[in-house]
Amino acid sequence: MIMIFGIPGPLLFGQLLLGLINGAFYAMLSLGLAVIFGMLNIINFAHGALFMMGAFVSWILLNYLGIGYFPALILSPLLVGIFGIVLEKTVISRLYKLDHLYGLLLTFGLSLVIEGLFRNAYGSSGMPYRIPDMLSGATNLGFMYMPNYRGWVVLAALTVCIATWAIIEKTSLGATLRAATENAPMVQAFGVNVPRLITLTYAGGVALAAFAGVLAAPIYSVNPNMGSNFINTVFAVVVIGGMGSIMGSIVTGFGLGVVEGLTKVFYPQASATVVFLVMVIVLLVRPRGLFGKAA
Amino acid sequence: MLLSRRSALTSAAVAATLPLVRPARAQKPKLKIGVLNDMSGPYANTGGATSVVCTKQALEDFGVATRDMDVEVIAADHQNKPDLAVSIARQWFDRDGVDMLLDVPTSSVALALQSVVREKNKVFLNSGAASSALTGEQCSPNFVHWTYDTFMLAKSTGGAMVKAGGDSWYFVTADYAFGKQLQGDTSTLVKAAGGKVLGAAQYPFPGTTDFSSFLVQAQASGAKVLGLANAGGDTVNCIKQANEFGLNNSMKVAALLMFISDVHALGLDVAHGLNLTESFYWDMNERTRAFTKRVLPKTPTNYPNMDHAGCYSATLHYLKACADMGIAEAKKDGVATVNRMKAMPVEDDCFGTSKIREDGRNLVTSYLFEVKKPSESKGPWDYYKLVATTPGDEAFRPMADGHCGFIKA
Repeated sequence: MIMIFGIPGPLLFGQLLLGLINGAFYAMLSLGLAVIFGMLNIINFAHGALFMMGAFVSWILLNYLGIGYFPALILSPLLVGIFGIVLEKTVISRLYKLDHLYGLLLTFGLSLVIEGLFRNAYGSSGMPYRIPDMLSGATNLGFMYMPNYRGWVVLAALTVCIATWAIIEKTSLGATLRAATENAPMVQAFGVNVPRLITLTYAGGVALAAFAGVLAAPIYSVNPNMGSNFINTVFAVVVIGGMGSIMGSIVTGFGLGVVEGLTKVFYPQASATVVFLVMVIVLLVRPRGLFGKAA
Repeated sequence: MLLSRRSALTSAAVAATLPLVRPARAQKPKLKIGVLNDMSGPYANTGGATSVVCTKQALEDFGVATRDMDVEVIAADHQNKPDLAVSIARQWFDRDGVDMLLDVPTSSVALALQSVVREKNKVFLNSGAASSALTGEQCSPNFVHWTYDTFMLAKSTGGAMVKAGGDSWYFVTADYAFGKQLQGDTSTLVKAAGGKVLGAAQYPFPGTTDFSSFLVQAQASGAKVLGLANAGGDTVNCIKQANEFGLNNSMKVAALLMFISDVHALGLDVAHGLNLTESFYWDMNERTRAFTKRVLPKTPTNYPNMDHAGCYSATLHYLKACADMGIAEAKKDGVATVNRMKAMPVEDDCFGTSKIREDGRNLVTSYLFEVKKPSESKGPWDYYKLVATTPGDEAFRPMADGHCGFIKA
C-alpha cells in the first residue's frame, strides 16, 4: 500500500474526496453571499438562517403535504426566494444608502429572529429527513465507500455554481446586472427597472442558500442551528476568495473544503480553526482576497 | 436613552421611599431555585425549557402552595460557555438570593461552577452534566450528581458491547471535558475486559457538523465498534452519517450518551437496533407514565428524558430536606442541606427509590435499552425496549476509585 505522510494512500484520497463534498456546500453558500454582496453591497448575515429555512421548508413539504425530495429541490428555493423578496422589499431596501455595517446588523438580527421562531416551533434536536430512495446506497470506489447521495451533492453543486457564474459573467442579463451595480442611474436611463433587478438578485442569492439547504437536509439533521454552524466558515471563504468575486467564492469554497478535510486526518482538533488561519495568511499577503479586484 | 439629572434624582427618591410605603405583612420563608442550562444550542432539547417545566412540576407535587413556604424558580441560558455560566451563577447568588443551582448540562460548565457554589456555600444539584470527575477528583460537599455519569454510561452501554464481542474500538470524541472523560471511562472498561482501543478522533466542539472524515478513518482502522463519545445533535449527525457511509454493515455503533429526543430526531428507521442507556424512560411503569402525563401538557413536543426527570426528582428531594430541617437553616448552610439530603432516602415517581452516596453520587438504577424497529412502535415516542437493568449500587464507580478529596479529610 502507498503511504503518504504516514497515512495510507487510499485513506488520503478518500479524505480529499470528502473535503470536496464539504467544499460543495461552502461554495454554494459563499456564492450566494458573493452575488448579494457584489450586486447589492449588503453583507447578508441572514444567509445561514435562509439555508436552514431551505432545509426546513423541504421537511415541511414532505411531512405536511407529502411532496418529496426532487420537487422540493425546486419548490423550496422558490418559496424561500419569495420570502427573500419580502425581506428585501420591506426592510433591506431601506439600507442601501447607509454604511455596510447597518446591513450587517439588520441581517444578523433577522437571522436570530428566524432561528428563534423555528426553534420555538420545532425544538433544537432536529427533524429526520430520509435520503431519497433513488440516491440511497453507496458505491465502492476501491479506495473508499462512497455514498451515492454525496456524489449527487457534488454534481448538483458544481452545476449550480457554474450556471450562476455563466449567467452573471456571460449573458446580457448578467451584463445589465453588473452595469446596474456600477452606475444605477445610467442603467435606469436605458429603461431598465433597477430596483426590481436588485430585488430579484437578492431573491436569487437567497434561493441559492435554500437550494444548499435542501441538499443538506438528508445529510445533517434539519435543525434551527444548522445555518449558524456553517455561516462563520462561509464568511471566511468569501473573504479569502475576495468579497463579491463569484469565481473566487466557488474556487475557494472547494479548496477550503479540501484543506479542512486534510486537517481532519492529521490533527482533527484544529479542523475548525484551519480555515481562519488561512484567512489570516491570505489577508496579510493579499488584503483584497485571492480573486479580489484592486480598488 | 438619555437620563437627565432631575429625572434621575426623582426616581432615586421614589425608589428610596418604596420600602416605607410597602404594607407590612408576615412573609413566608422563601427558597429560590435557579435552573441553568442550554436553552438555545445543541443541548436545548435534552435540557432546556422542559427541565424548567419538570422543576415546577416538583413544586406542584410537593404542594408548596399549601405549606408554610414559598419557592421561586428562575432560569437562564448558559450557551455552553463556562465563563458566562460562572458570571450568571455569581449574580444569582450575590444579587438574586438563589439557594439551589439545578440541571447544568455541559461538563465543562458544571466543573467551572463547582468551586463557585462551594465558595458561596449553596446547593448544586446536577442532572444534565455527565463527567464522572464531578464526584471524583472535582467533588464537592455542596454537590449531588443526580441522574447519570460517564462511568455509568460506559459500564452499561460499553459493557454490553464488549460482552457481545465488540473488543476493538475506535472513538469519535467531542473535544472537551465531557467527551474526553467519556472516552477515558469507556477505554478503561474496554481494556479491563481484554479489548483494544485502536484510535480516536477528537473533533472541535461545538460547531462540527460533518463527521464523514472521522467515520471513514474509523472504518479504515478495522475496529469492530465505533464509540461515539458525544451527545445531542453531534450524536444524531454521527449516526446519520455512519448509516450513509455503510458503517453499520461493518461496525457496531455505540452511542454512549443518547437521549430519547435524539432517537426522535433520527427517526426509528435509522436508529432502530441501537443500544443506549438512560436511568428514566417515560413508558417504564405506571408511575413514570403518570409523571409524564402531568408534565406533557406543558411540553407537548418534547417528552421528558432522564435529564428532565432528574430535575424533577432532585427538586422534590431538596424541598423535602429543606422542609425537614427548616427553611431558615437550609438557606444558611448549603453543606448541611446536602448532608440532610444524603441522610434521607430518595423516593419519587421517576426513579423509584435511591440513595445519595457520601461523595454526592445519587445511586439510581440504570437501564440498557434497545431502540425499537418502526414496526414495533405502537404510538408517539414509543421507542425503547428494555434489555438489561443494573441496580444503583453496581451501576456507578466505586467510591474509593473516585479519589474524592473531602471524604478523606
